Parts: sequence; structure tokens; C-alpha cells
Amino acid sequence: MKPGIRLKSAACDTEVMVIRCGDGTVECGGAPMVEAKPAEAAPLSPDFSGGSLMGKRYVDANDKFELLCVKPGKGSLAVDGVALVTKDAKPLPASD
Amino acid sequence: MNIALLLEMAAEAAPDRVALVCDGKRWTYGDLLAAARGTFELIEQSGAQYIALLDESSEAAIIALFGAALAGVPYCPLNYRLADEDLAGLLERIAPALVIGDEERVTRIAGDQGHTVYARELFTLTAQECWPSAEEREYDPGEGVAVQLFTSGTTAAPKAAILRHSNLLGYIFGTVEFAAADDADAALVVVPPYHIAGISALMSSIYSLRRIVMLPSFSPDGWLKLVDEERITNAFVVPTMLGRIIDAMDKNAGRDVSSLRAIAYGGGKMPLEVIQKALERFPQAGFTNAYGLTETSSTIALLGPEDHRAALASDDPAVRARLTSLGQAIPTVEIQIRDEEGRALPPGEAGEIFVRGEQVSGEYKEKSALDSEGWFPTRDAGYMDEDGYIFLSGRADDVIVRGGENLSPGEIEDVLLEHPAIADACAAAVPSVEWGEAVGVAVVVRDGNAQPSETEVKEMIRARLRSSRVPDKVVFVQELPYNEMGKLLRREVKKLLTA
Repeated sequence: MKPGIRLKSAACDTEVMVIRCGDGTVECGGAPMVEAKPAEAAPLSPDFSGGSLMGKRYVDANDKFELLCVKPGKGSLAVDGVALVTKDAKPLPASD
Repeated sequence: MNIALLLEMAAEAAPDRVALVCDGKRWTYGDLLAAARGTFELIEQSGAQYIALLDESSEAAIIALFGAALAGVPYCPLNYRLADEDLAGLLERIAPALVIGDEERVTRIAGDQGHTVYARELFTLTAQECWPSAEEREYDPGEGVAVQLFTSGTTAAPKAAILRHSNLLGYIFGTVEFAAADDADAALVVVPPYHIAGISALMSSIYSLRRIVMLPSFSPDGWLKLVDEERITNAFVVPTMLGRIIDAMDKNAGRDVSSLRAIAYGGGKMPLEVIQKALERFPQAGFTNAYGLTETSSTIALLGPEDHRAALASDDPAVRARLTSLGQAIPTVEIQIRDEEGRALPPGEAGEIFVRGEQVSGEYKEKSALDSEGWFPTRDAGYMDEDGYIFLSGRADDVIVRGGENLSPGEIEDVLLEHPAIADACAAAVPSVEWGEAVGVAVVVRDGNAQPSETEVKEMIRARLRSSRVPDKVVFVQELPYNEMGKLLRREVKKLLTA
């Protein structure tokens, strides 16, 4: 896995663009994310069903992973079973 | 990662929302993405290594920017105001290119360079018509150069500044929240397409889903008309434009500008008088001074609306002075002031402005200007106050070195501009046998005022600043030379002073 790659959820519609990554497995809805969507969807884990939001950036506590959600879905994002949190932009007062 | 993602996400989230209004025509995010994908096909067919735009702002600027990104070739908007010879030289440096714009001119001055040339209308039509389904295509991963801009080359041959996808996305992701704009939001873009502010305005607006309204050729009346008719909420102007807009409002108050919530300015020094007037004329708008460079993917420091209000309302001279500052570094970059040996300077001491951050490319096609720790020397001279507000004193190259003492032209000009009969002023180095360099000033007398004497000008400086700042030479001129972006051409002033 490397930055710029697009990953798809095996359990829902979520798609992310990898901005930064380290060692670990990126998951959505409790299942590992993949480059090509499997023919049969993985079950959505109730523990990871908070949903993903279009255009939000998701990061881990160590700041190793950063994912941009480019398609929203019902699953929530995690790395090795630990949920990711959103990172907000610091909007400028309309400078351009 | 590819900047085309910005348009792809906008088109995914809101395919039918109006993205752009230009010359009365409306384009949705879906329309623009389809045409960008068509542009990819045109680039593939032509074998072009670059896509160049030689034209005013139009839908073609957006389509070409993202089409080039999909194809993995740099987008290179060119200044159509350049002389034929200079322009031919730049075109040669990017051959073979797909050139959009003035077909007759490109053929005449660079017909033998192997370019594929499209007039604007033909380009947009063709690009719209030739798009296969996106699934059949493998687009560029975006690891290379997204935009190449030739610097204006005021001191030497133009340099080719390059901005990578990662620089531009670093700026956008760090400062813009996706889809954050209201349905009614509309940004008026009047900066020419070959200017970094014009490019970043397109990307920020598209990613926030803010409708772009283009004014291809600036006139104060045209600007006011669009603000009124399109209910513009955000606008970016250069200082000279703002001055002319206010003059036009004084003559004709018929336009409704109450929709304007945010007016940003940059690209040159804002006269205190103009910004004070503007704050009165647009009481409902927040003003932002944005400072940035081509090499930094646009804005790196800001003086925001709160800062403007606080400065205006304050009795503290240090806080009031901030109205003429660049503001503070934006949260996603670091800024330092350094001396000639590269040491960081404490507040209040003048040196060169350095910047570091993801959005900072600092890279030219020939070489990178970044130091080993990623800092970019802006060649702008200035200082920072205790609270991190940055004050610009001019280009590092414009500093006047008199007998080993560095004098800032800005400091001298600020004093001159307080004279009621002086409308504009520029200080620059003149040769001096005694000191190597000394101060020369060119002064424009305000209409209807008597010309102050040379002695009066000199005494004014002597009374306020150290004697080393007193000009050796004073000339009175009708007007100072500015370029179309409102940048004072100091090189030309130097010629005036030594003539």
C-alpha cells in the first residue's frame, strides 16, 4: 500500500484515498479494505457501523495513517481494529 | 495523489450543481469533469508534453487544469500580455504542447515548434465531445508536476516554478473543508489564469462546492455588475482593483453589493487609505489580506477580518499598524525571519522571510531552492512583531545598502505617503560615490495639490527616520509604473531615478 492508492470497503460503499500510511491493515465496517471489490460483500460489523463521511480525512492516534473518504458508506474506518478519527481542515477566511 | 480528485469528488457529490458561470454560460461539476476527461483524450492523441493556456479566464482554464492532471502533463498558463519574442521563448521551453487560445498568434510566433493549437471555443467543444467512459481509462497517479508557472522575470530570464500535485493538495486539504459552501455562495474570480491566486481560487472553490463566477477582463463597472446580478459572496482583488472599484462606487451608487461577505486582497501593497475606505464602503464584508507566492502554492500568511476590525478600533499604535501587515502564518506552515547568515531573528528585527510546509514547493524546473531542512527563501524582506504579525519591507533585492546599512524602501515610503499632497511614492537605490548606494525617491503629487519642495520631502524623512534614510535624489513623476497585477515595478523606478 502506498499514498495515492484507492481502497474500497468490502462491507459497504465506502471508498478512501490513502494520503499517508504505515504498517497495518486498513479496515472498514470491520473488514480489511481492498483495491478490487469482492463479488460477495463482507458482513458489516456492528462495532464499526458508524459510517464514513464524504470528504472527511481520517487519522490514527499515531498520525501514521491519513485517509480521505471519497465515497461515503455505512461502515466506519479503522486500522488493525482501532477506530480512526476525523481530522478537520483549518479553513482560511476565504483568502482565494 | 492527483489534483483531479478535487473535481471528481465535487462531481460525485453534486454532479448537477452549477460550478461555474462565465460569459453568461453555466457549467455543472459534471460538465467540467466530462470535459476534463475529454481533454485527457486530446492530450493522448496529440502527444503533447504540456498543456498551455494563452487566454483570459474562461471554462477552458478549469478544463485544461484538470485535463492536464488526468493525463499527467503539467498545466502551464502563459501571460498573454508578453511581447511576441518573450512568449515564443517560453513556448519553446514547453514544446510540444497542446496550446489553447490565440491560434493566429501561436502559429505566427511559434509555428515551427511542433505545438497542437486550439482556439478556445473549439477546444471546449472538442473536449466535451470526446470522452469515453472513465472505467476504460487509466489516469495518471499524480506523483509528478501539476502546474508549471513562469515567474514574471523582473530581474532575470523567467524561471519555471513547478508545483507538484502533493503541494497543491497539501494546501487544499489543509485549508478547505470539502463541500463546506452554502448553495448560495459564489466567488468572483478576476485574477488572470496565469497567476497562482487564479489557480488556487479555482481549486478551493471547486473542493468547497462554491460556485465560481469569472470576470475574464477586469473593469470596476463589470465587477460591480456581476456582484449585484450573481449575488457574489466572496471576492479576491489586487489593491489597484479595489481602489478603482471604490472610485466607481463613488460615481455611481446604483449597484447592490450587500451580498459580499468576504473580500480578500493580495498581490501588492495595499495603501492604508484604500483599505480604510473599503472597510467603510463594504461594512458587511470581512476583509482578508492574503500573502503568498507562486512557489508556495498561494497563501502562507493572513490578516483576517477580526485583525482588520481590531486594528481599526485600537488606540495602540502597534495594533493599528497591523492594518498594513501581512498578518500571521496560516496554521499549516511555519515562517521565520532570518539574517544573511541564515540565523533566525527575534521579533522586531528585519531580514528575509523563510517558509516551510507541505504546500511549499520552492522548486524550479532547473533546481530546488529549498535548504536541507525544507525551508524556502522567499526573497521578500520583512520582520515579525511580538505576536507573529509579519510586516513586509520589500523584495530582499530591493533593500538599499547604504554604507553597509540595510534600508527598507517601505519604511521611507510609509512616511512619504502621510504627506497630504503625496499620492504615491517609491524609494529605491541610486548610485553614490560616497556610500555605494543611497536613497532615491520618486513621488507622485496628488491632483489639485501644489508640489512640495525637494527640501520639504527631505526634511519630512529626516524628522521621522534616521538621517541615513534622507534621500539624495527626489524626482516628481506623473505616475509610478505598475504591472497589471498591481505590482510596483521598482526596476523601472530605478531607471527613472538614475536617468
